[in-house]
Amino acid sequence: MRRRELLKWMGALPLASVSGRLLAAPAAPAKLLVVFLRGGYDAASLLVPTASDFYYESRPSIAIARPSNDLHSAIALSGDWGLHPALRESIFSLYMQGQAAFIPFAGTDDLSRSHFETQDSIELGQGSASHRDFRSGFLNRLAGVLTGSMPVSFTDQLPLVFQGEVQVPNTALRHIGKPALDARQSDVIASMYKNTPIGRQVDEGFAMRNEVARQMAGEMDAANRSAISAKGFEAEARRVARLMRDKYNIGFVDVGGWDTHVGQGGASGYLAGRFDELGRGLLALAQEMGPDWRNTVVVVMSEFGRTFRENGNRGTDHGHGSVFWVLGGSVRGGTVAGEQIRVNAASLFQNRDYPVLNEYRAVLAGLFERMYGLALTQLGRVFPGVRPRQLDLV
Amino acid sequence: MGNADAGAVLNRVTWGGTSSAYRQVKAIGIDQYIEQQLHPGDDRLPPSVQAQIGSLTISQRPVDQLVLELEERRKQLDSIANDDDRSSARQAYQEELNRLAKEAATRSLLRDLYSRNQLREQMTWFWMNHFSIHQGKHNLRAMVGDYEEHAIRPHALGKFRELLQATVRHPAMLRYLDNEHNAANHINENYARELMELHTLGVDGGYTQKDVQELARILTGVGVNLGSGTPKVRRELQGQYVRRGLFEFNPNRHDYGDKVLLGQVVHGRGLAEIDEAIDRLSRHPATARFISRKIASFFVGDQPPAALVQRMSDTFLRTDGDIAATLAALFAAPEFRQSLGREFKDPVHYVVSAVRLAYDEKPILNAAPMIGWLHRMGEPLYGRQTPDGYPLAAAAWDSSGQMATRFEIGKAIGSGSAGLFKAEGAQDRPAFPQLANPYFYEALQKTLGAPTLQALAQATSPQEWNTFLLSAPEFMYR
Repeated sequence: MRRRELLKWMGALPLASVSGRLLAAPAAPAKLLVVFLRGGYDAASLLVPTASDFYYESRPSIAIARPSNDLHSAIALSGDWGLHPALRESIFSLYMQGQAAFIPFAGTDDLSRSHFETQDSIELGQGSASHRDFRSGFLNRLAGVLTGSMPVSFTDQLPLVFQGEVQVPNTALRHIGKPALDARQSDVIASMYKNTPIGRQVDEGFAMRNEVARQMAGEMDAANRSAISAKGFEAEARRVARLMRDKYNIGFVDVGGWDTHVGQGGASGYLAGRFDELGRGLLALAQEMGPDWRNTVVVVMSEFGRTFRENGNRGTDHGHGSVFWVLGGSVRGGTVAGEQIRVNAASLFQNRDYPVLNEYRAVLAGLFERMYGLALTQLGRVFPGVRPRQLDLV
Repeated sequence: MGNADAGAVLNRVTWGGTSSAYRQVKAIGIDQYIEQQLHPGDDRLPPSVQAQIGSLTISQRPVDQLVLELEERRKQLDSIANDDDRSSARQAYQEELNRLAKEAATRSLLRDLYSRNQLREQMTWFWMNHFSIHQGKHNLRAMVGDYEEHAIRPHALGKFRELLQATVRHPAMLRYLDNEHNAANHINENYARELMELHTLGVDGGYTQKDVQELARILTGVGVNLGSGTPKVRRELQGQYVRRGLFEFNPNRHDYGDKVLLGQVVHGRGLAEIDEAIDRLSRHPATARFISRKIASFFVGDQPPAALVQRMSDTFLRTDGDIAATLAALFAAPEFRQSLGREFKDPVHYVVSAVRLAYDEKPILNAAPMIGWLHRMGEPLYGRQTPDGYPLAAAAWDSSGQMATRFEIGKAIGSGSAGLFKAEGAQDRPAFPQLANPYFYEALQKTLGAPTLQALAQATSPQEWNTFLLSAPEFMYR
């Protein structure tokens, strides 16, 4: 990393490393954002097992080179791990400030290797043994056990993870404009729904619409801010940040495009472009949160990792264990956390994928325990039958 | 037959009730109407709609010609020396692809709005969603119209096996799920997995990871040829080479070893293996259950009664996957009648039914506003990024953000013609929506509750009355 650039990015981050290690257990106003990478991103390209010869044998055309002076090589995080170079200026700078951590070998016991099946089971968070209740996602249950929770989903449909008893508003932040209906019209429409099962959704929808409209008016005013020029996920992430900062405290957003069966590329190429965009977006989010970044935890996850060996088309097929990210102003980052294993042919799961050593519900329960000071009975309502696993990241 | 009953059946079997369709049902009776819908005649459309469709490039030129020409253009892009020229040529190429995809969406919506064979059009959407492809990949925008018109629609009420076969042979599918890259010793599992999980058996259908790998081997060599040439094939295999349009089976790329699929050996012998696999998958009891359940969810709601699904599944197996027969079993069921008026419309149903109610047989001249509304609601045609298709459950479409957007679209449709009558390059010929029509007074009005009637009474203009009606809870269900 060029020192000048690092300083530039650090300067742009408010109060970052100063407060980094002071807060042991953030109190009630903690903010949580879950970023779900749909499509099973290739975690072995993100967090590169640079100590493993087997990695380089398994990926003759898509491996990321061992750390060196070349800007296209992996960025050393430790003796065992390196980071994808597309994240040099974004996530690596957070990592250097102790605000980012990675959890390899993370994921679920679900073995279907189906995107849809696995996403569903992760979002429900109910474990594989129990009968599935499709009307109860784990973030909704979390919102239910916390007092003062203000959940929101930044998606055009309400995702499974937020289905449940707590009313959760949602809004897509891509296509938005001024509300078309005036206040009287909104009231008349709401009156038709008063005693229907979706009456609350309708009220919540009008309220959310107004909130977003207020935010967007602010965005238009901030003419020379990067918000206007930002594109794609970065623009969306800034809007997410402003809504999280001002009003909401449990958020969910998903990012697609990670199903790379063909030509995923290595240090550059398709997947590198996705990482670059995601990293920029998350850094922009950190900046836009302002002082609230200190109380914010961002978890980046995906339904599964991909096959460890590249397939016949310089891509990867559906696998198992993944790498989760934990970011935040008070995160005890700068570390690769959780149970780990040497990466070689013998340690692959079913001779094919990363094993899951850090079950996601236990890991998230551990995070929530610290973030909110939750008791075991409360955690049990979020993730039934799960013992929280402390990785000491917050 | 009560008027409201006829209206309710109409609202479920068609893309949405209109005065003219209502007259038709009243004239021949519900049973006869359903029978006609299950076994439709020709796809005759009103002449001016037929003329609109006829003027589209995708109606005039066969897909292979269109795609080969575009492919040639794409190849030449890199050889343009001047940067500006190259970038404007690239932009023109992309715009042409966009235009073709928009033509496909336009044709599809025109059929939904004006076809007499409403059930066939609904099932065409259903199967397009079941065998979902995303137009954003590569040049699929040039193929998606052909995929819908020639792989899906002709089989929408026919035999499931033939429908499945048509998708396996269509370049759009082979490209979307990467099977064009799947070759012996260079296996790509993507299509094989989704073929079993999403298209036939269902995720709980009893297949294993090993089955996925074996099916992928069976599918090797099946791909797309976008060039003018043919590959050199080893002499002893030359008789096996197949090319039909853009579809290609290349024996050089096929794994001729024996495979074991779902516990039975498939002898390695070329393209015939794929037919054998399609037979086995399309006639599997798990497929009958999976497909029957999905059709039932589409037509009676999120949790179709198990007994109904069982009867449909039995019919499916007994009739060798006859889709119309399976649907007939559904429509004859008491569970179907009980569910009428209770199924939440997804965005496509909402938008199409609103435009149908507003304009009946008066043909719109521009589908772009509808395409835009579907985009805003997160359900654009050919726009699902993942191969699972859009969800059918109400919970996916009745969230707060969805409702807020839906009311705004209700207002856009209710307030005026919203650009639906402004053909490209022509003057707008605005037409005021006629929601207070015979169908409303004879059937729809009887289904409205007191709060909705009170809201309508508060309207201060016809535009607002329309907006409230299209925003009413009763209009959200079909």
